[in-house]
Parts: sequence; structure tokens; C-alpha cells
Amino acid sequence: MHNPRPFTAGQPSAALDAVPSPIDAAVLERHGIKPDEYDRILELMGRAPNLLELGMFSVMWSEHCSYKSSRVHLETLPTTGPRVVQGPGENAGAVDIGDDMCAVFKIESHNHPSFIEPYQGAATGVGGIIRDIFTMGARPIALLNALRFGSLETPGARRIFEGVVAGVGGYGNSIGIPTIAGEIYFDPTYAGNPLVNVLCLGLARTDEIVKGAAKGEGNPVFYVGAKTGRDGIHGATMASAEFDDKSAEKRPAVQVGDPFMEKLLMEACLEVMRTGAVVGIQDMGAAGLTCATSEMSSRGGTGMEVDVTRVPQRESGMIPYEIMLSESQERMLLVVENGREREVAEVFEKWDLHAEKIGTVTATGRVRVFERGILVADVPAPALTDEGPVYRRPMKEPEWQQRVQQLSFDAIGRAVASGEAFEALIASPVIASKRWAYRQYDHTVGTNTIAFPGASAGVTRVKGTTRALAVSVDCNGRFCYLDPYRGAMLAVTESARNVACTGAEPLGATNNLNFGNPERPEIMWQLAEAIRGIGDACRFLEIPITGGNVSLYNETDGEAIYPTPVIGVVGLIEDAARTVTRRFRSEGAQVLVLGESRGELGGSEYLARLHDTVAGPAPQLDLAGERALQQVVIRAVREGLIESAHDCAEGGLAVTLAECCFDTPFGVVADIASAGEVPLEFRVNATLFGESASRVVIAARPEHVEKVEQLARAAGVPVQVIGTTGGARLTFTVDGGAAIDVAVMDAETRWATAIETLMKAGR
Amino acid sequence: MKFAVVVFPGSNSDRDAWYAAGHVLGERAERVWHKDTDLAGADAVILPGGFAHGDYLRTGAIARFSPIMAAVTRFAERGGPVLGICNGFQILLEAGLLPGAMVRNTGIKFVSRMVPVRVEQSDTPFTRACSPAQILHLPIAHGEGNYFAAPEVVADLEANQQVVFRYTDQAGNPSEDANPNGSVNHIAGICNRARNVVGLMPHPERACEPALGSADGRVVLESVVKEFADRAHA
Repeated sequence: MHNPRPFTAGQPSAALDAVPSPIDAAVLERHGIKPDEYDRILELMGRAPNLLELGMFSVMWSEHCSYKSSRVHLETLPTTGPRVVQGPGENAGAVDIGDDMCAVFKIESHNHPSFIEPYQGAATGVGGIIRDIFTMGARPIALLNALRFGSLETPGARRIFEGVVAGVGGYGNSIGIPTIAGEIYFDPTYAGNPLVNVLCLGLARTDEIVKGAAKGEGNPVFYVGAKTGRDGIHGATMASAEFDDKSAEKRPAVQVGDPFMEKLLMEACLEVMRTGAVVGIQDMGAAGLTCATSEMSSRGGTGMEVDVTRVPQRESGMIPYEIMLSESQERMLLVVENGREREVAEVFEKWDLHAEKIGTVTATGRVRVFERGILVADVPAPALTDEGPVYRRPMKEPEWQQRVQQLSFDAIGRAVASGEAFEALIASPVIASKRWAYRQYDHTVGTNTIAFPGASAGVTRVKGTTRALAVSVDCNGRFCYLDPYRGAMLAVTESARNVACTGAEPLGATNNLNFGNPERPEIMWQLAEAIRGIGDACRFLEIPITGGNVSLYNETDGEAIYPTPVIGVVGLIEDAARTVTRRFRSEGAQVLVLGESRGELGGSEYLARLHDTVAGPAPQLDLAGERALQQVVIRAVREGLIESAHDCAEGGLAVTLAECCFDTPFGVVADIASAGEVPLEFRVNATLFGESASRVVIAARPEHVEKVEQLARAAGVPVQVIGTTGGARLTFTVDGGAAIDVAVMDAETRWATAIETLMKAGR
Repeated sequence: MKFAVVVFPGSNSDRDAWYAAGHVLGERAERVWHKDTDLAGADAVILPGGFAHGDYLRTGAIARFSPIMAAVTRFAERGGPVLGICNGFQILLEAGLLPGAMVRNTGIKFVSRMVPVRVEQSDTPFTRACSPAQILHLPIAHGEGNYFAAPEVVADLEANQQVVFRYTDQAGNPSEDANPNGSVNHIAGICNRARNVVGLMPHPERACEPALGSADGRVVLESVVKEFADRAHA
């Protein structure tokens, strides 16, 4: 997400102009460049590009790097606010958390590589986003992930799930950054297109943030980290195309991760940045050296000259095209203050890394690439970064959109007995405990994690202060499929609500937009609607978007995934000793529901799991009510009035109440007032399992209940006491009539072991 | 007293140990780079968790050749207290300061969770403040924590009461179900014959404050502080 800058076409280079152009239609197609895009290249260059230059345009103008389909929509998002230290356009966003410190964070996807090679695809996804954070001068302190797979009842999804989880763990565990929270969904829509979105959170002193700009003519440009190989060439281009039966042949475009190298790079870069000798720094991720040289030049309003023969190489006989386009992992580009090279070299040598000077910052505004002193590419930097094509692609509401919002109860069979439905829902992989996955992630390293995975939002304390940060990633793809605008708003509100449930005030958000092929008007409509929803919700809740990632072409054989705009929200807890989790803390506490239950079954897990139906309107959302609810919860936690708070999501009130008991010695007895404009036989299930938004289940000691009720009423938030903690059973009645009555231990065992049982059965 | 926490390239729990000793306990603590050749006058040494040298050859196999290890070995031979945690335990095994080896967890997968561990011996510098058979709740986070040794070595360890920590259930009973990685005899930690070198897979340094879910690990570090104070008075 860059801001376009004025650009004047550069002078054609006489030496390069003399060479006849090797570019024909077949070459353009291989590079994914459309004829009109090529015309634009000719105009910007003032001559025909050579093959290397075309390759540079190809990766930088790919959807992955240029956001050419999404940019006009992304520009509508709110990105500013009093807390924003760094908005979109840098390696990561940053928000002020007090005491001259800031939280640096961003989410990024590695969907396509993870489908082709699950372990390495996921591992290098983790590595990539960690680099974005420490590149800002921030020490990474936490990882989260949002994962999507096909139905866990299928061997294909199990294989990808197994590999992705191992890869996420393999990288994060080794480098020593705790994975503190996340969310995982299983749905057939992701069978051919798993999603791997990873969020990294770091801490930095606000005055020590380093940016990715090349400044100061004559300053040396250093390359440090792993050697460059032929891996990952055109990875960015691959991520910008649909999959078909030939996709497995693209395996060489997936890179191999080396977390040890990244650990050395991270420690060395953080140390070297403290010397003050680093002017600018950027990692070489997608589009490799081409991206780093051109983006740093553009941001700095400068140019850069590099000689590829100086780039450390892993393989022999590499040509400039390969070196400039390689996406080998764990590599950084640094601009160092002239004359301070020795200080920088000494730090890298301490870590057994070698920093190689490969070039110099210039004032030309051009990226000039040399091979043994001979000019082999000469491109205006902004032409690569800011002057690429921007599409206002045609949009059209899918013809099926209105139809799927209709829910016909006649067509879905008889209502399932509530007890039976409850047993099925807690063992549904979407709802069941994700411990099979998160027990493979080190979540204690760093000694900051105070709310572990499984607690909803992750909470990490900030050493040296009384504060903590809460982070959550959320998106219900089903709601977005039924209504992308409201679904995206629901993703924002759910993520913010999860953060609020810890007592944290949401400060900023990052988004990962996972969609199908934007060249199809229906997909483009979904994308535009979702971005409109994110914008409206974030503006209303005053949560700026500080950066993010767009992943398009998530289609296999023409089948797109559900639109899945994952939202990560970061919030601030002033007093870490006052935070709460979903878990009940005492016997005899009063259980309350904040927010209105409308018995909405549209898009619910109940309908999907027990009636094999994904239909109906997505839950209603009133942003003013949502904001009031979050403020009540934050205040109640901060004033020590409540012992637990849990967002009500998949599986509705019944599952939420059960989750409040899991991992505790307590049961709960609750009576719930019926709700829902549904046929009578579905009314109890709609009450128990309906997924109305903007609801939180809280527990308070009896002496605090009145105060909580006053807070809620004053804010206009509906509040009801529905039960009491205690005993060893989950006993739920609806309007006084028996509905569910099970031993907590039985329910908890089903919930805790459902996924590992499926994984074992599949062997 | 002063702790030295050795930092190998790839160590990732060095800050955790340093923070626990230096901030939670309030003792002096210094991180010592693996290329250094002396221990900066430390009274106790911690080899921390992590993936030293990426664990690419074998866990701990390269770290034992780091220059600092000569100093650690001399310090141990003179009776100085040395604690190896997780990867640090693996390095002590590779360096021959403790007997046995580590192999892949029986479940193959990396295991990260809180486990109960029973203190078997309270006469080492790192368990002196523990009550007999005390149960500690400590996090584990490892892929290769399956302790293995030849039967006669294991018999020797048991006979000489060198098994310091054992995995148990909540009630303090060892069992297959309560063993997270398949370790022989449910071994979580051992000491050398002289009892001054202790290695364990669980992370006491990550369980020193109630906010982190357990403060049970604090007693491990407090033990060595107590021993140092007792020796100073003796």
C-alpha cells in the first residue's frame, strides 16, 4: 500500500537501448504481463525493456506486490488516529502504547505456498512476517495465526493441516517467538485453497523505529543473511494466479526456511540498528532484491546502483535475472551511513554473518543493476513501485447472493434434539479445542504470555511496565459468503470484542484479505463490499488499519474460497494484573449475558453441522450497540467487577457457556429466555445455538452484579442474569424447560479430544 | 550472588533465565557470549533453552565446541553449580557433563504445555529449597526431550539417586499417560555424581511468577541462591 508519487519518465539508456528486444507475446504471457500493461512499461521506460527489466516489472506489478486490483478500494480505509505512529506503506504498522513505546504489528498470508508444500509454505510465512517486524527496529514478542482448511474428515485436509501446523511451530519455536493465540476453521470451501495468515507483534521504542527508505547519496548498500539461490523465482507471480492441476509442478517456487539463520539475522539487525548507523533497512521477501532496491529507493526519493556479482550466491552460474528475482529466504538489505561501515560489520561478524557491500545510494531515482561493472538494467524506481497499473475492475453482485440469504426451514429437515445437537457441536472441529495444534507451538518462551492459546485473545505483558497487549485474529467466512459487507463488519467487531473481553482498549488493526480471482466481477464485488464493511466498522469504532496484506486468486479449478477478510486487532491493557479470560474463576458467581439474543441461525455452525446448510442472513449488527457493549466490558474488567468475559460466537450461548467452564473445576446452571423468529420446533435450538453478534457472557461475584447492571443500563446495553457457576454439570433450560444437561467432564473430553481423535483415525 | 547465562547462537530462552534470576529474584545476572572464555566471575551457570546452532546436526552437538564450554567444564569440575535447561540439558549431555542422550519425542511432534514434575532429590544445589517429593508445575516446550540411556546407565542413575525430576500425574504418580515424551523411567531431569551439575527438560525459569500460570519454578533458582548464602555463612 504505497502513496503514489509524481514521476517523470527517465531518459532512455543508450547502452541498453542498442540491444534488440527479445520480448514477444509468449514472453509477456510467461511473465503474466497483459498487452496494455506492456504498453505502459514502454511509456515509463521510454524504450523496450530487456528481459531482466521485464522480469522486474513482472514481479513488482504482480497482484501480490502492486495491489493493482485492490488499491482503489484499500485507499478508502481509515488509517490515521491519535495513536498511529506508522500507517500503511512501511514494512509494518505501529501504534503508541505509552511510555514512548509502540506496538509494531502486521498480518501476512502464505496461502499458495502452503497448499503446494504445507510445512515449508507455512514456515516461510512465519519467517516473512517476523522479518517485517524486526526490520522496523522492533523486537518480535508474539505470533498469532489464522488458518483455514477443508473438512477435517478428508485425508487431503488432514495432510495439509498436519504440515501447516508443524511448519508454523517449526519456525516460531526455533526462533523463540511465542505463538499466543489464533483461530482455525475447517470448511470444504478451503479444500483446494488452505489459508495461512500469520500475525507478528513486536515492541519498539518510538524514537528507535527504523524505516525502509534509502536516503543519502553515496551511502553504501549492504546485503546480509542467507545466500541467494534459484528458489522462489516468480513466487510473487505464482501467488497472483489461480491453481489448476499443474500447480504441483510449481513446487520449486516455494522456498525453504532456515529459522536459525533468521534468529541470527534478527539479533544482529536489532543490535546493529541500536548503533544508529543504519539509515534504512528492508527484508527481501516477495520479489526479492528487485522489491527491496526499488521500494527503498522510492520511499527515500533516491535511486540505487547494485552489482549482482557482489551478491552472495548459493549456486553457480546464476544470471542477473535469477539474482534479482530470487525469493530465497532470510536476506536483508541495509543502507548504512557512509563512514560507519566498520561498526556495522563488527556486529554482523559477532553473529558469524557477513555483510557484503553490493551497491550505493544515488540521486538518480533509478534502480541500476550492474554485472561486473556492466549496466544490465536501468529502471526508474517509482515505475516499479508506484506507477504500476491500477485497476477499477468491474464488479457485479453474484446472481446467487440474494438466494443464499433465504433460509427455508422446510428444506432443512426436522430440528435436532438440543442435547444431541450440543454433543455434536462441541465436537465439531470448528468449535472443538485447538490444543492438538497449539500444543505444537511454544507459547511460554519470552516469559510474557499471560493468556495462553485457547483463551480467545492472546495477552502478552510489557516488561518494565504494568501494561499488557491483547491481540486477536478473527473472521467468520460463512457470514462473509452470505453477506460480504456485513460479514467483514462482523469480523472487525468480533476481533475487537475479543480484545475488549480481556479489558483491553482496541488501538489498531491489520487485515488480511483472502479472496478469489478479482478478474471475475463477482469476486471483485465481494472484495469491494468487504473492504467497505471493514472501513465502516473501523471508522465507527475508531480503530485505524495500520497495514495488511491482500491475497487474491484463491481458487482451484475455478472454485473460489469464501471471501475471508481476517482482521487482527491489537489492544492495550493498562493494568495487566486486572485482565480476565473466558474461564470462570469461582463457585457461586452470577453469570450474565450482555447484548441482545435474537435467535439468529443464519450461517450458524448449528445449521452447517446438523442440517448441512449454509444459508440465511448473516447476523444483524448495530455498530453503536457494539461500541457501547465493548466499553461496558472494558470498564467492568478494569474496575475489577467481573471474573471472566467471553465473546459469544460459533455454537451460540450454549457453547459459550460450556467454554467458560472448560479448563476450570466449575459447572453452570442457566436458564435462557427463548428468542428467534423461527418455526416453533427450532425455537429452543435458535435460543441455544443462534449466533447473534455483539454478545458477551460474563461472570461476577453476587455483590458486583448490581454495579455491572447499572453500567450496562447506563450505556443502553441489554443485560440479563441467566445463571450461577457451580456443580459439575452444564444444565441449561430454555424458558424453564429442560434443554441440555451433561457432566462438564464428559463434554470437556469430547471438546478437548475431537480434533486429535480425527487426526488419529486418519492414519 | 551472580548468575552467568550462556548465550549460544540460537539460544532463545537466555533472556528468560536472565530475567528470572536478575529481575524476579533480584540477583546479579549476566548473559555471557559463547565465544567468551571466562564466566565473568559467576557463582552459578545456566545453559539456557533454545536451538543452539539451529540444532541442525544433533541437539547440542555443535554448542559443546563453543569456547565458553571449556570454562563451563572447569567450573563444573571445581564443584560450581551448573543448570542446563531444555537445550542446555541437551548440551550438557553432548559435552559429557551428564550421562545419556536425547531422542525424538515418542509422539514425534513438538510438545508445549504445562506438566507436573516431582522433585526426587532435594540435595542438589537447584533443589535444596524443595520439600521431598514436591510437585512442580512447569512448562515444557521441546521436540527432542525423550531421555535415553543404556539400561546399565539408567540403573546407575537410579542407584546413585541422580534422577532429580520425574514426570508424574497431578497426584504425583509416574505413568505412561503422564510422560509427555517417552523418557526412560519418566526422567525429566538428572544430576551428575557430584550433584552440582543438573539438567532438566522443563523450564523452571518460565514459571517464576503467578501471572505466567505458575510460580513453581522459582524454587529451583532460589535453591542455588540459598546454597550460596549458606556457603557464605559457613
